Formats: sequence, C-alpha cells, structure tokens
Amino acid sequence: MMPRATIVALLGTVGILAAAALAPWLKFVLTVALAKGLAVMGILLLLRAGQVSFGHALYLSIGAYTVAFLRPAVPDLLVLLPLAAAVALGVGLVIGLFVARYRDIFFGMLNLAFSMVFHSLLEKLYAITKGTDGIRVFRPTVAGFALERLPYEWAVLGLALLLALGLGWLAARFLVSPLGQALVAIKTRETRLEFAGVSARRVLLVAYAASAALGGLAGALLACTTLHVTPHLAYWTQSGELVFIAILGGGGSILGPYLGSVVYELVRVYAAAALPDAWQMVLGAVLLGIILFASRGLWGLYEDLVMRGWRRA
Amino acid sequence: MSEPLLSARGLAIAFGGVRAADGVDLDVAEGEILAIIGPNGAGKTTFINMTTGYLRPQAGRILFGGEDITGLAPRAIVRRGIARSFQIPQLFAEQTVIENVALKVAARRGFWRAFTPLLDHTTASEAMRLLEQVGLAQLATARATELNEGARKLTDVAMAMALEPRLLLMDEPTSGVASAEKFAVMDTLVGALRARRTTAVFVEHDMEVVERYADRVAVWSQGKILVAGPPREVLADPAVLREVIGVETAHAGA
Repeated sequence: MMPRATIVALLGTVGILAAAALAPWLKFVLTVALAKGLAVMGILLLLRAGQVSFGHALYLSIGAYTVAFLRPAVPDLLVLLPLAAAVALGVGLVIGLFVARYRDIFFGMLNLAFSMVFHSLLEKLYAITKGTDGIRVFRPTVAGFALERLPYEWAVLGLALLLALGLGWLAARFLVSPLGQALVAIKTRETRLEFAGVSARRVLLVAYAASAALGGLAGALLACTTLHVTPHLAYWTQSGELVFIAILGGGGSILGPYLGSVVYELVRVYAAAALPDAWQMVLGAVLLGIILFASRGLWGLYEDLVMRGWRRA
Repeated sequence: MSEPLLSARGLAIAFGGVRAADGVDLDVAEGEILAIIGPNGAGKTTFINMTTGYLRPQAGRILFGGEDITGLAPRAIVRRGIARSFQIPQLFAEQTVIENVALKVAARRGFWRAFTPLLDHTTASEAMRLLEQVGLAQLATARATELNEGARKLTDVAMAMALEPRLLLMDEPTSGVASAEKFAVMDTLVGALRARRTTAVFVEHDMEVVERYADRVAVWSQGKILVAGPPREVLADPAVLREVIGVETAHAGA
C-alpha cells in the first residue's frame, strides 16, 4: 500500500492542477506558494534541530538574483534553476561554517544579520543591482523552447510541482536517515552526539547547506514567476514569512510547508482583496489561532481530523 | 604483567579551592571491571570527565593503549574506543529507545548517510540485539521520556555499549534505580560487558553492588587514590571504612 503521505501529496498535486486550470489567475499564486514551500522545507530541516533562522530570505534573494544576472548569458530555465541552487548552496556552506557554531537566539540573529547586509548591498550597489528598481528578468526558454506566456506559466507551475514532489520525497527520506535523526538529537542532547564521536556542527552544517540550496531554488522559481527581482526579496519580513509559514503548516510532515504555503498565499490574496487595509491582521489572527489551538500547525490539524477518521474506518 | 589498557599518571585538577584530583595514579587492566568509590564530591566523576575529554587535567597524563590521550576532544577519544554513560541519563528525549541506541550504532558504522533510514535492517537489528542484552527489547518503541529511571539508566548504558568501546566508563549505574531492581540491572549490565569482554570502570556509592560486581576497587579520597585492590580486602580496610564508608552511611541516612 502507498504511504498515506504519498496519497495526500498526489491528491494535492491534482488539486493544484485542477485549481490552476479552473481559475487561471491562481496559477501565479500557486507557483509562488510551491516555490515558498520549497524554502520553508529548508526552514523545517533547521527546526528539527530546534534552530530558527530569521535570515533565509538571503538565500531566496541569492537564487533570484542569480537568475536575474545570468539570464542574459544562460537563457534556459532548466539550467538557471540548478545554477541558482548551486550558488545558494555554496554561500550556505560558507556562512554555515560560521553560524553552525551558534544556537538558538544567536543562530537566528546571525542569520538575520547576514541577510540584512546582503539586502543593503542589493539596495546600495545601484550600478550592479539597479537598487530598489530591481532587475527585469526576460522570460527564459524551457528546455530550449521559447514559450508564449500561457504555456510558460504552465511549464513553471509544472516544474515547481515536480520539484516539490521530488525534493519533498528526498527530504522525507532525509528526516528518517541517521543525519535527519541526528538533527532531532541536536535539539534535545547535543553533547551526547559528541560523545558518540559525531560532530553536531557538521550535522547542522549539512542541514543548513541543504536549506540554503532549497532557498536558492525557491528564489529562482520566484524570479522566473514574477519576472522581476528587487532587494525586497532579501528583506527581513521575507525571512519572517518563511518562519511564519513553517509554523502555520506544522513541522510534523514534509507536507506541512506546502500546505502552509498554499493556505498562506490564498489567505493573503483573498484577505488583501476583501480587506485591502487589514489583510495582515487577518494573517496575524490565523497564526494566533494556530498557535493557541493547533500548535502542530495545519498539518497537525489535518492529522487530528482526517487520520483519526481513517483509523476509525 | 601486560601493559594496562588505561593508565593515569599524576592527574591533577582543581575547581576553585577544591582539589578534585591531586596526583592521581590509576591503572585499568584489559578485561577487568574496576569500581571507583569515595565520598561525594571527591572527584570520581571528574576522573570520567577527564578521561573522556570533557575536562582537561591541569597536570598529569592519561594513556590509553599506550597512546597519550590527555586533553583530546571527546570525539577523538570516542573514536579511540572509550565510551561513557552518565549519572543522569543523557537521552535523546524526542526519540524512541531503539532510535536512541541506533544513533549510536550508526555513529560507529556509517553515520553520514542522508537518504537511507536510520533504522535500516542492519542498524535496527544490532540495536535490537543490544536492547535484548540489557533487557529493554519490549520498550524499543517507547519514547525516551516515557521510561522509568531504571530503564533510562539501561538505555544510557546500551547507548554507550553500542559504540563497542574497548573501555566503558559508567557513572553510578545504579543511582536512581529502585533498590529492588539494582541487582537485576547490574546482573544484566555486567553480564553484557563480560559477554563482550569489555573493560569497564564504574563509579558507585552502593557497597553491595561494588562487592558483588567489581574485580577491583579503587578508593578515591581527597584527590588521591587511597587504596586499590580486591573488593573484600579494600572494603574491610579500617581507613576506607572511616574515610569513605562512614561518610557514605551518613549520607545514605540523610
């Protein structure tokens, strides 16, 4: 029998494709949601070790700006995405060597500091980055084909879905592997890992680098969806948003980030349309409700409601 | 006589004004089970901490299998074959008993795997075998936080044994264990150690346990080894009775 999470993931895929077909304007929202879901999955890896990064917008923006800078030289989406992930991975490894030595508030704040430095560089180095004007990204080709707007949007959505499914599957395997389990051990009893001959720093570095790569990939997808990158992508509110979605979705499953991300984007779009001046309040109220009444996030809520029903059946 | 497995020479360390070790010489022979006894705060745990790299002695040397391991990092010492358990069990609270032990098994035989399960066939069956040896097989899937103190102690020791050390250092394996259980716990532990021919040092306050299970006893008092020898002789020594066991009884009554 297929694992339940796989069934839910496939149902979610069908749901997203159906929604995008029925309401074409949702394609954009859902692609953005899937891209952010990838980045939030990286946040989830760090949360397993009890660490919260308030600076992962750094990797979003690195991925996005990699696409913006390389697009003139590298025209294809299928090359740009791995390149962006690789650049973010490289930066993540270097910064990770430093931040993996710290825990808790220091870990969170150091990440914030790095992202804010990068944000101000993006703003100030106008000659290179065009500052707050940002850089327009011309629609890349997909596997060599220069697509019109509509098929292009479908292609990016499809690619985002495939990446979410494939990398989600890998991440789920990672969480039960020795390294993934060691992350949980870091959260509860780090010294005992050292007394097993395992470097906790190195374990955290692996997770950190993976989360950076996921962030870079997410940023690249965002750039290819919005076709415009600005320094705002590196701003601390973006980092906060990723943590927000992680808590909203719940850390109990790799599907949590995607569930959280889709709900977040939909609430945001509808709340912004219905209450243009107060949509942040709606989001805040939703998160408050989740923390107070469903601390395991939307995924936990789903488990309580549905899984219990399945077990009874 | 062959060279001792562990050899401490002139170990000294002080915390503020307290000399926890003040020129300690101690040898542990391959295959023996040595108990260290002494008053509370004498420095017994400090000895374990220095041997495992958690503390660096201010003077003296520690040789393991002839190699100087003084001041090496805990990780480097573990890799050379010294493992420890803790007076207060140090478990991975969010994980199950078998995951706790399997992490240690994996640490020994291939930890840097990212996409195959921790509990793959070989790791899980080895962890299970260890749990059977310490009598915890039935609790394998219980969460570490759900265990009673005896089971926590046994899990803690099983985690150390999973590293297949040449030398195992145990800090008060029976403290916190219900007195009705303590012999059962020790029977299991010592049985497993002897079956694996693991050399062991354990710090202990319970003289009955020491007499029953130790091959040799070292008495740690005022930063020095007062005397070392077979349990029967040492525990009958008037100086030991006065220095250690008298104090012990007073503590036990308090």
